[in-house]
Amino acid sequence: MERMPSWIRLHLAALRALLVLTAVTGVIYPLAVTGVAQALFTGQANGSLVEKDGKVVGSALIGQSFEGHREYFQSRPSAAGDGYDMLSTAASNLGPEDVVDVLPVPGAKDDEGDPDEGRQSLLTQVCARSKAIGELEGVSGARPYCTSDGVGAVLKVFPAVGAPTRAVSVNQACPSRPFVAEYQGVRVECGRPGEDYAAGRTVPVRGNVSDVEVPADAVTASGSGLDPHISLAYAELQARRVAEERGVDVGRVRQLIGEHTTGRALGFMGEPAVNVLELNLALDKE
Amino acid sequence: MGWIFVASLVIALALVHKPLGDYIHRVYTTTKHNGVERFLYRLVGVQPDAEQKWGVYARGVLAFSVISLLALYGLQRLQDKLFLSLGFAPVPDHIAWNTAVSFVTNTNWQAYSGESTMGHLVQMSGLAVQNFVSAAVGMAVAIALVRGFARRGSDTLGNFWVDLVRGTIRVLLPLAFVGALVLVAGGLVQNFVGPHEITALTGGPQNLTGGPVASQEVIKELGTNGGGFYNTNSAHPFENATSWTNWFEIFLILLIPFALPRTFGKMVGQPRQGYAILAVMGIIALAGITLTNVFELGGDATVPQAVGAAMEGKDVRFGVANSATFAAATTLTSTGAVNSFHDSYTPIGGMMTLFNMMLGEVAPGGVGAGLYGMLVLAVITVFVAGLMVGRTPEYLGKKIGSREIKLASMYFLVTPILVLAGTAVAMGNEAGLAAMLNSGPHGFSEILYAFTSASNNNGSAFGGVTVNTPWYDVALGLCMLLGRFLPIIFVLALAGSLARQKPAPESAGTLPTHRPQFVGMVVGVTLILVALTFLPALALGPLAEGLLS
Repeated sequence: MERMPSWIRLHLAALRALLVLTAVTGVIYPLAVTGVAQALFTGQANGSLVEKDGKVVGSALIGQSFEGHREYFQSRPSAAGDGYDMLSTAASNLGPEDVVDVLPVPGAKDDEGDPDEGRQSLLTQVCARSKAIGELEGVSGARPYCTSDGVGAVLKVFPAVGAPTRAVSVNQACPSRPFVAEYQGVRVECGRPGEDYAAGRTVPVRGNVSDVEVPADAVTASGSGLDPHISLAYAELQARRVAEERGVDVGRVRQLIGEHTTGRALGFMGEPAVNVLELNLALDKE
Repeated sequence: MGWIFVASLVIALALVHKPLGDYIHRVYTTTKHNGVERFLYRLVGVQPDAEQKWGVYARGVLAFSVISLLALYGLQRLQDKLFLSLGFAPVPDHIAWNTAVSFVTNTNWQAYSGESTMGHLVQMSGLAVQNFVSAAVGMAVAIALVRGFARRGSDTLGNFWVDLVRGTIRVLLPLAFVGALVLVAGGLVQNFVGPHEITALTGGPQNLTGGPVASQEVIKELGTNGGGFYNTNSAHPFENATSWTNWFEIFLILLIPFALPRTFGKMVGQPRQGYAILAVMGIIALAGITLTNVFELGGDATVPQAVGAAMEGKDVRFGVANSATFAAATTLTSTGAVNSFHDSYTPIGGMMTLFNMMLGEVAPGGVGAGLYGMLVLAVITVFVAGLMVGRTPEYLGKKIGSREIKLASMYFLVTPILVLAGTAVAMGNEAGLAAMLNSGPHGFSEILYAFTSASNNNGSAFGGVTVNTPWYDVALGLCMLLGRFLPIIFVLALAGSLARQKPAPESAGTLPTHRPQFVGMVVGVTLILVALTFLPALALGPLAEGLLS
């Protein structure tokens, strides 16, 4: 030992320190926490599982997709895999000014040989969701910056600087009718798939929608991709449809919403939230 | 409600910073070793009472980090041969390198997706171990610098191995143990179950994942590490189940960084000097948190206006305000955990998270790293003030001579060089540009954010950027390594030269460094240095995006 060069001795000490600390913090500590947690908080430590007829149907903390099931309350949009996939949790990571779509070119193929799908901007995703939810719930799906056909109301104006000579509604593929006929005296064209409009100035058009009926959480993807909750407003919006589908009194549905709403912790933390899975389970038990 | 949330955090931290700071002071100043520690020192083969010069101390830090890096790389590459791998293949080499660097440097940049890459053994005995020890290394370096100020005519700075072991065993471990149980009570999972399929309510399949999450989550926040067990980090309900676990996690992030100024004050024998440093950190932190809240709640951008609130990338139980507070806390420290996705923030709200990191993460900064960063800024401030009045600058009785100010300046210059040069190189080559998810100024912000986050050892991301390519894994890995260890070497060298000095007696011409005037000056110097360095880059990214809309 003593004959070894000092740098080797130093690194051997480092290696031993790492091994010792790994034993303490990487083996003993997590096992001890697991032991105590399993003893004291069995339910939580194992994922707050919920059962129906004795079978596990999910976790109270993890959202599920109820798409296509009109008799259930719907969850928020999810960017995790194909939706609520715990093996690929994700947010959309699309920016706040992501407003210009890439229109699909009819007949074109993508790299994998499938029909070209283009790319929907975040704004168009929001508008399309709002329109679809509006139709599902029988209310208006209109929002600011959205066209009535459910895409982002965005113009590309040419030239980028100075008086406009050309304006294109880039998210509305021809032959649809642009959401405005004119922009500063210039006739607005529909968007031609495949044409590059990058050089133009981007002008989102707010429009004059004042009454938005579809709530914010209903048209946005969550951070976790697994959001188990919806806002009270979104639950309220869905109550009538769910009651009709199930043939139960809407008052009873509202009561169940109340029972599955978590308020702000201590009155000031977070936001009130309705647990969708638990609410739907409760409806099934009616 | 968002303001009460912030206020309650301030009150909680104000209540605990003193007892915790005093406790940490005792941990690092006592000469007694307890039985467990003596046993550990024997296993490691070091003399706990041997004092080390700065060079020896620094070599200890580097040797320990190199070994940690190799071990963590090896563990990831061999995970399929070991137990609890959940059947995952070895982590690809470039991702394993990036992850090893990232966890050893307290960055915890995630080039991987936890639930589909890392088995339980790698998470628990590889990644989580580095969460502990990289934080303990940060604290050790900070304490060594404080000893530099506190000691008189001394050649030595303490013993790295003792500081490492005590920081881990006496400070982090007990807090983590209690915190982990609190989090489990809130709903975080703590088991050894792998992904398994169940039948969801509508009849379709759903995969449920498990793992020793709570024990890792707590040290991820407490050690200002930030690497999530799962891909969506603290937004994932199994990592952050309720609105109150969210509060508790923010509290954990800020706990030690805000307690260390008290430790500093006690060690130099003048608690008021600690309060001055605490005041600087507190002022900048409150401003950062407030502005991030204001801009996010304002929702000033096209999509948030269309939506009605900046809810994209945020979970309902947290809401916009508490998400913004988390985002500010995680970027003001070197944590980088996220409970909402910064890429979808409003342009100026997102810029705040960038700006917070660009401050060098000193308010309050990472565990240990925040304190030594702030003390370097105090040294620079003293020097600037000395130039103004034409006196020899002194801080805590120690002369800030040419060697000291050179070291402090080099410390400060490391991260801007890495951030700006790294961003420039990425923007100038195909491999760098290919990674952008969004186009235009927002795409530039994504790249700038990546290099800012890596070089400052933060680890959060404008997640749209596709960084798990070999080019980014290597480039960001280098930024993390240099951004961590060059500053540490400069700090320890500075500590060594300060410790050798005998303090000059205070005179009428000494600049008092505990008064509001000095606090204001440090805040000013911090903001001006950062603004001068980074404003052009911010103008090309988030400012351009915010103004164009």
